[in-house]
Amino acid sequence: MTPTAVIELYVFVLAGFVGFLVITRVPPLLHTPLMSATNAISAISLVGSLVAAGADRNTVSTILGFIAVTSATINAVGGFIITDRMLKMFRHQPAEPETKK
Amino acid sequence: MNRELFVQATYMVASVLFILGLRSLTKTDSARRGMQQAALGMLVAVVGTLLHHEIVRYEWIIAGLVLGSLIGYPLGVYVPMTAMPQRIAISHLFGALAATLVGVAEYYTHIRDGAEISPALMAALGFEVLFGALTVSGSFMAFGKLQEFITGRPVTYPGQNVMNLGVFAGAVGLFGYLIANPGHPALFYTMLGLALLFGFLLVLPIGGADMPVVISLMNSYAGLASSATGFAIGNNVLIIAGALDGASGFILSIIMSKAMNRSFRNILFGAFGSAPAAGAAKTSEGLSVQSISVEDAALRLAYARLVIVVPGYGLAVAQAQHQVRELAELIEKNGGEVKYAIHPVAGRMPGHMNVLLAEANIPYDKLKDMEEINHEFPNCDVALVIGANDVVNPAARNDKASPIYGMPILDVDKAQSVIVMKRSMNTGFAGIENELFYLPKTQMLFGDAKSSLTKLVQEIKNG
Repeated sequence: MTPTAVIELYVFVLAGFVGFLVITRVPPLLHTPLMSATNAISAISLVGSLVAAGADRNTVSTILGFIAVTSATINAVGGFIITDRMLKMFRHQPAEPETKK
Repeated sequence: MNRELFVQATYMVASVLFILGLRSLTKTDSARRGMQQAALGMLVAVVGTLLHHEIVRYEWIIAGLVLGSLIGYPLGVYVPMTAMPQRIAISHLFGALAATLVGVAEYYTHIRDGAEISPALMAALGFEVLFGALTVSGSFMAFGKLQEFITGRPVTYPGQNVMNLGVFAGAVGLFGYLIANPGHPALFYTMLGLALLFGFLLVLPIGGADMPVVISLMNSYAGLASSATGFAIGNNVLIIAGALDGASGFILSIIMSKAMNRSFRNILFGAFGSAPAAGAAKTSEGLSVQSISVEDAALRLAYARLVIVVPGYGLAVAQAQHQVRELAELIEKNGGEVKYAIHPVAGRMPGHMNVLLAEANIPYDKLKDMEEINHEFPNCDVALVIGANDVVNPAARNDKASPIYGMPILDVDKAQSVIVMKRSMNTGFAGIENELFYLPKTQMLFGDAKSSLTKLVQEIKNG
């Protein structure tokens, strides 16, 4: 195993750990937005697709990369928009007029 | 070198903003802002990548970015909240597809150029393609079942589990062989095909009510596929984002299967509700239900002090969330209180009911989790069950022969009185009778939830 691979494993394990700690605290109320948020975030695979599509290595890589860029962009654009749309809907109970000062 | 450093810096910014974005989701008030920052992080990373030294041609990149935005924008803006489960399912498909194709392109290029594929690289590519392909086909099946162009009922046949395990073992076996001998494209593409096939077969026997678990699992797998992409191309931000996604999906699947008191194995290989339940389960023979008229139900609700609404998938199907809010406002105007009891697996995905009710402008302070609300049922005058069935079935507590025995449920049967809105007396998804419906305190209001609620609202207004 190369040293780079070991470092990558470190990063993976630590990120998974951070994810676990953070996500267990997300209330069930927001589980659907959480799902669409993590999905939008993992559309960062776009950066891998960009290299495949733009490195001009061979036709197959370019075409597959193009399709991958398209799908990842769908998730990045659509995912963040829909997450925001959902989060916008969650609102507090309006304060009662008499208790408002 | 400076350019490479800049690219890495944008990745680090993106990683930090992603983690902060997810952390913001722990509080409803900060959530929106946090996710907007995460979106900004994504933009930064993409711009950074465009400066990557390997990228020499931009026309296909621009075409993909434009096409993806053209498809993604309407998918974000116009999809109704009622279609959210299938929307989420298809987004897993896109994410996994991107990861799979990058993996294939990487493998193809290495083979074509005669470059050496180290065991570590092959392992990363293999995980990427395995997780990716099975998520592509699995999510497609989930999408089809939720969109109802594939039957929502479990599809089973003899020898199904043997066949599924065989396909899975085949794919894993090829994977193992490829790590030692990577130079066999035919085997690589066979593995890809088997993983695709496995995704179809895996979701085929899973019915609608188990969808929350399937969607969460696909969420997790799509993330792991992204992470594996990061390993394959040596990109840390991909590893991090994928690990976050993988952890999130995994946690959600555990929460969902706990809420159904079932193990993963049981959900994936159990084909719930497909076989006729064992004879010992209780049946409706000799029991009768009482129905209630809209007028009587309206009267009861209008004078109730505390009403607990229990929404289920039927509410989403009838798209009656706005009518629920109207009814609740009338009850509140009469001095009553309305709360909503949300079971973790009500609906077709984690948090489904919360999103629907929030869309209808119901303040989230009134949406209560199962643990929060269960002790309040004995004090509530009317529990109004709208399109929920298995999550309120007392058999989960007291009938050991029942397939849902042991599943935590909402204690609706402890309410002072119960009104159940239901289309007909068909059994719920699990195909089991619900003794709640036969209790003396329970009355049934038959009909489409939306029209029943509209009539109730009219009746209370006129009365």
